[in-house]
Amino acid sequence: MKTLTHVAGLLIATAIPAVAQDVPVLTVYTYDSFVTDWGPGPAIEAAFEEVCACDLQFSGNGDGAALLARLQLEGPRSDADVMLGIDTNLIVAARETGVFADHGLSVDLDLPVAWDDPMFVPYDYGYFAFVGNAGDATPANFEELAASDLKIVIQDPRSSTPGLGLLMWVEAAYGERSGEIWEGLADNIVTVTPGWSEAYGLFLDGEADLVLSYTTSESYHLIAEDDATKQTLVFDEGHAMQIEVAAKIATTDQPELADEFLAFMLTSGFQDVIPTTNWMFPAVTPEGGLPDGFADPNAIGQALYLTPDAAAAARDEAIAGWRAALSQ
Amino acid sequence: MARRAVAIALEPRWPGAVAAGLVVFLTLGTVVAVGWRGGRELGGTDWAAVRFTVVQAFVSALLSVLFAIPVARALARRRFFGRSALITILGAPFILPVIVAILGLLAVFGRSGVVNVGLEVLGLPPVSIYGFQGVVLAHVFFNLPLATRLILQGWLAIPAERFRLAASLGAPVRRVLEWPMLRAQVPGIFVTIFLICLTSFAVALTLGGGPRSTTVELAIYQALRFDFDLAAAANLAVIQFVLCGLAACLAWWVAVTHALGAGLDRAVQRWDSGGMSRVWDAVWITLAAAFLMVPLVMIVWRGVGGLAEMPTTVWVAAGRSILVAVLSTLLATGMALMLALRGGFWAGAGAALPLAASSLVMGTGLFLIVFPYARPSDLALIVTALVNAVMSLPFALRALIPAANSLREDYGRLSRGLGLTGWAYVRIVAVPRLRRPLGFAAGLAAALSMGDLGVITLFAADAQETLPLAMYRLMGSYRMDAAAGAALILVAISLALFWIFDRGGRLGADA
Repeated sequence: MKTLTHVAGLLIATAIPAVAQDVPVLTVYTYDSFVTDWGPGPAIEAAFEEVCACDLQFSGNGDGAALLARLQLEGPRSDADVMLGIDTNLIVAARETGVFADHGLSVDLDLPVAWDDPMFVPYDYGYFAFVGNAGDATPANFEELAASDLKIVIQDPRSSTPGLGLLMWVEAAYGERSGEIWEGLADNIVTVTPGWSEAYGLFLDGEADLVLSYTTSESYHLIAEDDATKQTLVFDEGHAMQIEVAAKIATTDQPELADEFLAFMLTSGFQDVIPTTNWMFPAVTPEGGLPDGFADPNAIGQALYLTPDAAAAARDEAIAGWRAALSQ
Repeated sequence: MARRAVAIALEPRWPGAVAAGLVVFLTLGTVVAVGWRGGRELGGTDWAAVRFTVVQAFVSALLSVLFAIPVARALARRRFFGRSALITILGAPFILPVIVAILGLLAVFGRSGVVNVGLEVLGLPPVSIYGFQGVVLAHVFFNLPLATRLILQGWLAIPAERFRLAASLGAPVRRVLEWPMLRAQVPGIFVTIFLICLTSFAVALTLGGGPRSTTVELAIYQALRFDFDLAAAANLAVIQFVLCGLAACLAWWVAVTHALGAGLDRAVQRWDSGGMSRVWDAVWITLAAAFLMVPLVMIVWRGVGGLAEMPTTVWVAAGRSILVAVLSTLLATGMALMLALRGGFWAGAGAALPLAASSLVMGTGLFLIVFPYARPSDLALIVTALVNAVMSLPFALRALIPAANSLREDYGRLSRGLGLTGWAYVRIVAVPRLRRPLGFAAGLAAALSMGDLGVITLFAADAQETLPLAMYRLMGSYRMDAAAGAALILVAISLALFWIFDRGGRLGADA
């Protein structure tokens, strides 16, 4: 009798992992804020697992740049099946790594720009903007900002994706005059932080009048915190767009599942979650529209967009110019 | 034929050798792992970064040590209520996670901080914390406590009998006792702080005010993150080692050892501390306490409000961090003890190499070494504990080496004569007599490990986040209040761990 229970116990013990192993695991590498309890991760995981008969596992790896570096470090041995979370400024560098495969989807998006990249699929987008406190002055462009005595805090383009986004924004709006704009802004800049979190923290602590963030930051304060004291500055030269993309890893052992996930990414199970968890505009607008109180993507006037190739070509020189202007 | 006398080693030799090997592997070995693919030439901006790095580190170290001397002396010769608690709390800034400390400093010195609000009331122009002065201010804030504690250890290591003798002979205490002690201790402490500031990353970047404040460590970060140029990162890491080597040589050249003989560990009583010196000591202690504690109070004040908003995962992360910290402390204390007893070149290398190492390069190198054989997340907590242990070795050794050297000089002959060598020497002679610096070393190792946000970011899976990582992720999701709460928990646990270990070392000793 004793032996019988023993055997039964052993059987049960071995049977459970066997069942678990039957479910294929899809590993998605993304940035940290995507996988937190307030991020989109948990809801998307639940929604995808309902339809995929698989185990979706998100893995947070710092920010977009850290994510790409991580995949390069791991090389072909990586467990990752899908990468989700770099922006268009990093696409050329990402393509050159040879880590990613073409998606083969025909995508139908509500992006303000045409999209035909064979490798990277957009899942959301946003506009960079300066966010300040309601009631303060509202300069209407970079030149007025530079002439004002408003203090701003920005991110370093060499360590942060929004920082690089700002650099490309000035580049797209002013081209050859960028250096001049940066020289004008130099006395407005309180400090340059390594990443978005530090900059936003400094702004909330009153260290600066304005912080480089997104037009949707105001929506966060309004919807999640019921706080209407923040305002977004609308610049008449237009706002740079950040498009966030995902791609399939070339060496994945779950290619079908990875394709399935990329397709799912553009459906409501994924897209509806994005606005109030990732605080970005969904790449495919939900049927019921955006949530009440959420920023209007068209409120910014003109959208400025540097294609991945243009951004990659401009990057090194733009960083050198930025550095020279702010080092004086 | 008389046989030549062969000195029997007092202490077991191999554990020190193992510890030294581990240090060399983790610091230099990881650079090789990162950089073996060949590299690019370093450009003008890299050299500008080197220049800025050296200048700010030099000024920061100089000011930290200059201010630490009068504070340490005041603490060494005064007895007052709460002195022991004050010494513990004064140590806090050193063990704070950088971003927490910066937010605390900003609450005091920032644009809307206490100081500028006060200046505005008085009708004076505001001061700016951003720029070179801010970087130095933050580095002094971090390192003044360390310098004070290490110099204080030197003062307390002067046996009470010496002060008694000096007093009865009417000899000038300052010249015959204090100056030789400072001469022996200060150069090493200066270099330690210089090296800490040399590898500084977040301080320079957040308070530096712009790209003119680029440090070498930031250049390494860019090379690893944005350019994925491993070779450039390794080249820059080598430059850091060279700078470190030069500074360490300078320190060895300047420092002189001194022997005071063995005392009976009785309470230090001073006969030279009346009159004006009493007033000055009070001034120095008050100034240091205000400078170091007001930002801490601000952190506590901000954090209390956020406690209610913290998700429960923060507590789980806190438990994980404590586990890593305790493991790391055991490793660090054991390694430091064996290296200090062994003494000589390798102990010095253990005290300097980890300071010069870039934690980014170390993490990346370990990742490249481990990844082909194992899942990094399986080893995350072990690797984190090990790296934290090695990173805290320099501080542990700073406190232990002088004490171990004195021990060898003062008790070595007696121990040999009694046949107390090998592990018996460690157990019966070394550990009891080194208890005070050992406790301090363990406290530092535990606290530094709690606040670390280095290798864990590369190795940890999501379910393995430590408290600093959890805090950082809260900040990244707009949850600044909850992050302030987590910061408060982090500070409280770090201080508690430091206090427990340090207290353990001081039990029974009047310090």
